[in-house]
Amino acid sequence: MLEVAFRHDFPGLSLDVAFQAPGGVTALFGPSGCGKSTAINAIAGLLRPDQGRIALDGRVLFDGRTNLSPQARRIGCVFQDARLFPHMTVAANLRYPSRWRRGAARDFDRITGMLALEPLLHRRPGTLSGGERQRVAIGRALLSDPALLVMDEPLAALDEARKAEIMPWLERLRDEIRLPILYVSHSVPEVLRLATTVVLMRQGRVVHSGPLAAILADPELAPQLGAREAGALIRATVEAREPDGMVRVATAGGPMLLPGLDLAPGQALRLRILAHEVILAREAPRGLSALNLLPVTVTCVEGGLVQLALGQGAQHERMLAQVTLRSVKALELQPGTACHAIVKSVSVLPS
Amino acid sequence: MIPTDWLGPQEWQAVRLSLRVAAVATLAGLPPAVAVAWLLARRRFPGHGLLSGIVHLPLILPPVVTGYLLLVTFGTQGPVGSLLKPLGIVFAFRWTGAALACGIMSFPLMVRAIRLGFEAVDPKLEQAAATLGAPRAWIFVTVTLPLILPAILAGATLGFAKAMGEFGATITFVSNIPGQTQTLPSAIYALLQVPSGDAAALRLVLVSVVIAMGAVLVSEWLAWRMTARMNGRAEGRA
Repeated sequence: MLEVAFRHDFPGLSLDVAFQAPGGVTALFGPSGCGKSTAINAIAGLLRPDQGRIALDGRVLFDGRTNLSPQARRIGCVFQDARLFPHMTVAANLRYPSRWRRGAARDFDRITGMLALEPLLHRRPGTLSGGERQRVAIGRALLSDPALLVMDEPLAALDEARKAEIMPWLERLRDEIRLPILYVSHSVPEVLRLATTVVLMRQGRVVHSGPLAAILADPELAPQLGAREAGALIRATVEAREPDGMVRVATAGGPMLLPGLDLAPGQALRLRILAHEVILAREAPRGLSALNLLPVTVTCVEGGLVQLALGQGAQHERMLAQVTLRSVKALELQPGTACHAIVKSVSVLPS
Repeated sequence: MIPTDWLGPQEWQAVRLSLRVAAVATLAGLPPAVAVAWLLARRRFPGHGLLSGIVHLPLILPPVVTGYLLLVTFGTQGPVGSLLKPLGIVFAFRWTGAALACGIMSFPLMVRAIRLGFEAVDPKLEQAAATLGAPRAWIFVTVTLPLILPAILAGATLGFAKAMGEFGATITFVSNIPGQTQTLPSAIYALLQVPSGDAAALRLVLVSVVIAMGAVLVSEWLAWRMTARMNGRAEGRA
């Protein structure tokens, strides 16, 4: 658990940052210049904040009396610009931490294997592509035997093809290495794909922090990830495969059908349902091509963004629908209104 | 084949002495030049401007003034010279004095070149090394120094060339004694004072040009190799 609370004044921007990062991938998300990089510099020990307290797993890294050096913090950093040592081979870069961090060297084969770095070992950073450089930088940070991995926009300098090349490695990292990761980004797709917890920052302040699923389903917070990203993340369990290949899953609001995916009965899933993929109807419609029709209750209306409860009582889950203001009026949508949600498409995330 | 009688014994002596003086001046001056360049490039402290001024003084002062100040300070009667004399260290009218004068005169040039190198190194690389657990001194040796090696080389070449050509401060401080303190420029100067010396002077001028060009070419080549290695063009299989 990483606990961060500090203030720091720059000319033109004063930061007041406080959040907690449990295990898993915590995304520090916000527009450029909102203080994300300053926050991670303070966490890594590269910047001394004016005041505050930073602790990792109960170990104080910074407070009024303590200010551990970056060397003593055991925080592995992957920077946007990789920062490989240009005069060393890839192998020498990867082995650089091993002299000072015991226990790092024995992971050499495993980590070079996991990131497929063997073919690059004898090359110099100048000859690597941007994506390869980032992979080496990730390997080097992991080989410094860190207690926390901090990644500062590791994909921002890469083009779409390189991003797509690195992304699976990051997912492997999240799933295979039990290491908390603080992932700084201003890219919604990256956050959605990697994060378990999200810290939203704006102009030097933390606006909100919490689990990704809760933020996505919150009509006030979801638009901060971009209007098109508002939606809900609901739990589902695979029930059976239908004869035509469709897969039936159980949700809080009843069964749903998903197109033929290779899923085993009993498997737990997270379904992401975007608000603009949901149509609301006051009466059960007939003769629709959409397969998934769920009974819902309106809990809150914010402009055109309608918050819905799926299922009853304690088991209910939140869902969002994006409609026009005219529809809100025409359908007389208000808290308590019962209606039907027609779900046009669903994306499946492994749980 | 170069005929050995192409230069007279006294002229050979001047060439050898000059090479030795310049080499000692450069090698002895390099570590303090790196230290001062680092201080000026990376640290902000009271007296920063003063230090920079003192380092650059020999570049601006008339060399005769520098030579005279050295004579007053390091001469056998001077405050430093009289302290060092019981230890067997004498500068006045010795080749060591010539090396001291040349070292002081070339120091600002070395510092300037190396300082530019420090300023060009991205401190972010050093920060990255710190997050990997390396202590500061280790980072300096394994990251900073290798990255500024081309600048150190440039500074050393510049310093060596300056030391080879230093005249005013040397002749003021240690005079012009053949075999003792008569460096290449002093020998050329002495030859030009006698009616029959023109031909020998011209030969020594040729030698200085060749040495200076050689030094520049070697350092250019070394710098090119280092950059090539860093950019990975000379695919180094470590």
